[in-house]
Amino acid sequence: MTSVPAAGGTKPPAAPKSRKSVTGTRRTVAALFLLPALVLLGALVVYPIGYSVVRSFYDQSGDGFAGIDNYQALFTDEGIRTALKNNIIWVVFAPTVATALGLIFAVLTERVRWGTAFKLVVFMPMAISMLAAGIIFRLVYDQDPDKGFANAVWVGVHDTFSQASAFPKAHPGRESPLKPAGGGAFVTTSPVRTGEAVSLPLVGVAPDLMPDGAKTAVAPKPEPDKVTGTTWQDFTRGKGVGTLNSVDSSELGYAGMKIEAVKDGRVVASATAADDGTFTLPASADGAQLRLPASNFKEPYNGLDWLGPSLVTPAIIGSYIWMWAGFAMVLIAAGLASVPRELLEAARVDGASEWQVFRRVTVPLLAPVLAVVTVTLMINVLKIFDLVFIIAPGSSQDDANVLALELYRKGFSEDQPGIASAISVFLLLLVIPVMWFNVRRLRREVRR
Amino acid sequence: MNAKQSLGSRLVEAVGGGVLRVFLIVVGLFWLVPTIGLLLSSLRAPEDISASGWWKVFSEPSQITFDSYAKLLENDDITSSLLNTVWITVPATLLVVIIGSLAGYAFAWMEFPGRDWWFLGVVGLLVVPVQVALIPIAELFGTIGIFGSVLGVVLFHVGFGLPFAVFLLRNFFAEIPRELLEAARLDGAGELRLFFRVVMPLGGPAIAALGIFQFLWVWNDMLVALIFSDSGSQPITVALQTQVRQFGNNIDVLAPGAFISMVVPLAVFFAFQRQFVSGVMAGAVK
Repeated sequence: MTSVPAAGGTKPPAAPKSRKSVTGTRRTVAALFLLPALVLLGALVVYPIGYSVVRSFYDQSGDGFAGIDNYQALFTDEGIRTALKNNIIWVVFAPTVATALGLIFAVLTERVRWGTAFKLVVFMPMAISMLAAGIIFRLVYDQDPDKGFANAVWVGVHDTFSQASAFPKAHPGRESPLKPAGGGAFVTTSPVRTGEAVSLPLVGVAPDLMPDGAKTAVAPKPEPDKVTGTTWQDFTRGKGVGTLNSVDSSELGYAGMKIEAVKDGRVVASATAADDGTFTLPASADGAQLRLPASNFKEPYNGLDWLGPSLVTPAIIGSYIWMWAGFAMVLIAAGLASVPRELLEAARVDGASEWQVFRRVTVPLLAPVLAVVTVTLMINVLKIFDLVFIIAPGSSQDDANVLALELYRKGFSEDQPGIASAISVFLLLLVIPVMWFNVRRLRREVRR
Repeated sequence: MNAKQSLGSRLVEAVGGGVLRVFLIVVGLFWLVPTIGLLLSSLRAPEDISASGWWKVFSEPSQITFDSYAKLLENDDITSSLLNTVWITVPATLLVVIIGSLAGYAFAWMEFPGRDWWFLGVVGLLVVPVQVALIPIAELFGTIGIFGSVLGVVLFHVGFGLPFAVFLLRNFFAEIPRELLEAARLDGAGELRLFFRVVMPLGGPAIAALGIFQFLWVWNDMLVALIFSDSGSQPITVALQTQVRQFGNNIDVLAPGAFISMVVPLAVFFAFQRQFVSGVMAGAVK
């Protein structure tokens, strides 16, 4: 068969317009040029496909025919089912979000002068390995908000909207004048009087969790017509050192502790302790009980458990989008550059808003590019391995499992080559439509 | 009225432009911060890393130290695996370029039976996932005795790099003006001379794009090397991967190691952006 068997017509052997015959027709030469590629492709790509298909019908040892048992395992094995479910999440969300971001970035960067610099920054992660990206995001997703950037930002945002507490785990010590008041608050056992100096000692705040501004506690001084007092950490390191329920020179005040005076269940006055733990309440507090509200003692917000069982897959998808949104952006930007400007201008002249131009002109014109980008990313995501393998910690790797990872485990650590082969054939089946599409598109071009 | 309208729209544009700039800057920062975090982490002592986040160096620049890098370069596992990465990547790239060019040229300009069907067959292999070949090739390499060697890793990469190479180069070579080839032919050039003196030089841009693409692909690979290399032939990605299980205890190895492994691809990326982009665009089907 010659190169152009199109339309069933017989071609003249040496049509002047055809591409062939420039180098003569010595087939041995052609064979020599092709041989290395075809041998390697045959041995390393084609043969393994056949082998995997056959192997997937044999049992663990490879000796006994297993029918479709291995394929049944795809849907019954707990690990594979999780992997399958996660792969579906990956294939649905990762390519679409990456493409959407790529589209937004491509359209927006057209309007700023430093768009190229922006594109470079977003495209750069494509050049690095998934291993490096994995290590980068292990750091980003560190649970401790003091170390992991994601939680540092998240906790920062969270604490802007809700008050951070200062004294988790603080509680009354022995023979304390305070008693629990329910809900985590503490209240004085007896009412206070004006002119009285109240002691509100607590214990149990770890030294490194004390507020930065805390100063040495100062014993309360009574003042007429006012209720004064001190709240402080009544604890000195070492047994028997320090006096119970009175201020020692080594003890720190609870800077910022909130104190409420409560009479008949109503808050009649409130104050905040100074750096040395002292506070002053007006005369209206006379006869009230002093309460330290629960908000003082809440555990500090520690952010999200990004790599815990429930968030690990979305978190890893986030790192994938970080890597691949640039790819989508660059391809879409190239498509955008070929959109005729006059078309956009015409729409604008007709009074279309920017959004309408985007929605009704730009996106439809880019549809083929968007489809290619999404499909490419889908194929890529189907085989995702490195990022999950590196980012998911041992404790949640089962929850983050994907097919390629499960294949690796089954094939190379659990000695289940039959099931692993079935997974690989399953992956291959999923890309066959794209294979077919590529070949068809090219056949048209080749025949041109 | 017209002037007023344009004033209004100009105002909207100015405000919108400001919002747009801020948005893009914030997004750009978000894209940069993770990498900066890795770089700064690699420049801090392990005690500092376990005590606080990398942003601490902005308030305490004295924390910056190259100790982790110095220690890393004395670590034989890391240095030998870096060399292995080079020994794997360079041959795998050169072989794909050479073998792919030969086949691409044959598919573009030679005549033999079933030419286009063979080519379509190669195109069909573009999207075959490497996972399909892991188990069969592991057995094959075990049988012929190259499992665990650099050669095995290189061969695997060549096999899976070829469909794209042949696809890209055949399409590019087919665009070479036929007169050029005929002229060289009339001057008495043989097949090899024609290939090396005319086709390869004219195919420069495509060969560069392919070479850079393949180079980055192989340099950055972890999965293939994870299976086909052993402790003596493993590249840097695999060497670092073995450390990840104790993440947290050995961040002073992982952070500088990851950064060193990124330096070459990033340098290649910045030096050959255009070729890289055209490789990526052509490879959008891979």
